[in-house]
Amino acid sequence: MKIRDFLGRFFGDYQLRDDEDIFGVGFVNSLFAMQLVLFIEKEFGITVGNEDLSLANFRSIGAMAELIERKRSGG
Amino acid sequence: MTDSRAPQTIKCLVWDLDNTLWGGILLENDELALKPAVREVIEALDARGILHSIASRNDPDRALARLTAFGLRDYFLHPQIGWGAKPDSLRRLAEAINIGLDAIAFVDDDPFERDQVKHTLPQVLVLDAAEVPRIPGLPAFQPRFVTQDSGRRREMYQCEIERRQAEARFSGSQEGFLASLGMRLRITEAQPGDLERAEELTIRTHQLNSTGYTYDYDELDRLRQSPDHLLLVADLEDRYGSYGKIGLALVACTAEVWTIKLLLMSCRVMSRGVGAVLLHHIIERARSAGVRLRAEYVPTDVNRQMFVTLKFAGFEETTASPATAPEPSMQGVGGGVNRPRVITLETDPVPLQRPPAYLDVLVGE
Repeated sequence: MKIRDFLGRFFGDYQLRDDEDIFGVGFVNSLFAMQLVLFIEKEFGITVGNEDLSLANFRSIGAMAELIERKRSGG
Repeated sequence: MTDSRAPQTIKCLVWDLDNTLWGGILLENDELALKPAVREVIEALDARGILHSIASRNDPDRALARLTAFGLRDYFLHPQIGWGAKPDSLRRLAEAINIGLDAIAFVDDDPFERDQVKHTLPQVLVLDAAEVPRIPGLPAFQPRFVTQDSGRRREMYQCEIERRQAEARFSGSQEGFLASLGMRLRITEAQPGDLERAEELTIRTHQLNSTGYTYDYDELDRLRQSPDHLLLVADLEDRYGSYGKIGLALVACTAEVWTIKLLLMSCRVMSRGVGAVLLHHIIERARSAGVRLRAEYVPTDVNRQMFVTLKFAGFEETTASPATAPEPSMQGVGGGVNRPRVITLETDPVPLQRPPAYLDVLVGE
């Protein structure tokens, strides 16, 4: 899964669960947050509007997958 | 690729150091002084949006310390200081800042170095150190347009280099690397001695800047002493030295609501993972004061990262309407013709997250 591969660059060998809070371990590094948003937009061909830019939508692999699904189905 | 020299436009001037930028040889402990016209040439080209870098066979730490002492360190992007061949340095540089070799000029006093570059990289414009005072007048150094953006170009490239370096590190453990730096971030209320740099930050910082409002020295001095405002300065140091003052925040305070009018961080620390720390410090202070916390955000072409930072820190939009009152001075945002769109965000300041483990945060008065 592409999101998992991307996150692997940040988390190394640590195996993230789909529902695991990737921001739970500490501060949200703003550069990481930005790169995550840009990655999702580019890789999945969607535009993340201001209303979708919330921690809840990026908190876990599962949440990001849901966001992508919703944007792709035009929701 | 063209083989004609005529239309060449230089985007980056790469300097040798010993007996080119300064007179004397660093490693022979000579008394060093900048060569005539060097500072003027650097400043003139910078204002045109032409970048500067370095290709020098030298000790990097000592050379950079000297450049800092001359007050020139910030002008040089991605300096190549070491023991490698200069054509390799120029190639690496072209790649790092993503420009063609034909957009690079190289100036060196040593005929051997010049010939080696000419021979290996014929696209590069090679100049003798004796020509330095004439450089601003050369045709290749006349950009077709000099705009407001020209002065911002160096910052843009600095950010880009920081970003790439951060990405390159992701192959290893990012947190491990950051922990190895021993970083200390100090947040203090602005003092008179901070204000010149604070003014400069409001003018020069565009990417990690929430609103782009600019304030001059006198305004900042007034705000610093105002009981209705909080003016915070952040400086950062690590085991390699000090980055100086790299963050600034202005908060307008009433009994019920605090509003972050300006939040900015220098691009030089973008890859250091400290950007959100100043924001979280303000959230914590607002929580202690028992007030609601708002932040203004003015979108530009380049500052989306600040919006992401605010949103991911728990801020939500309350309005997307134009500002009801004009700010004291807002040049430099959105072209300056239309009043920029101000988005107001709000959060209930709850204690969110611990500071990152790789960073010591000190709070002074």
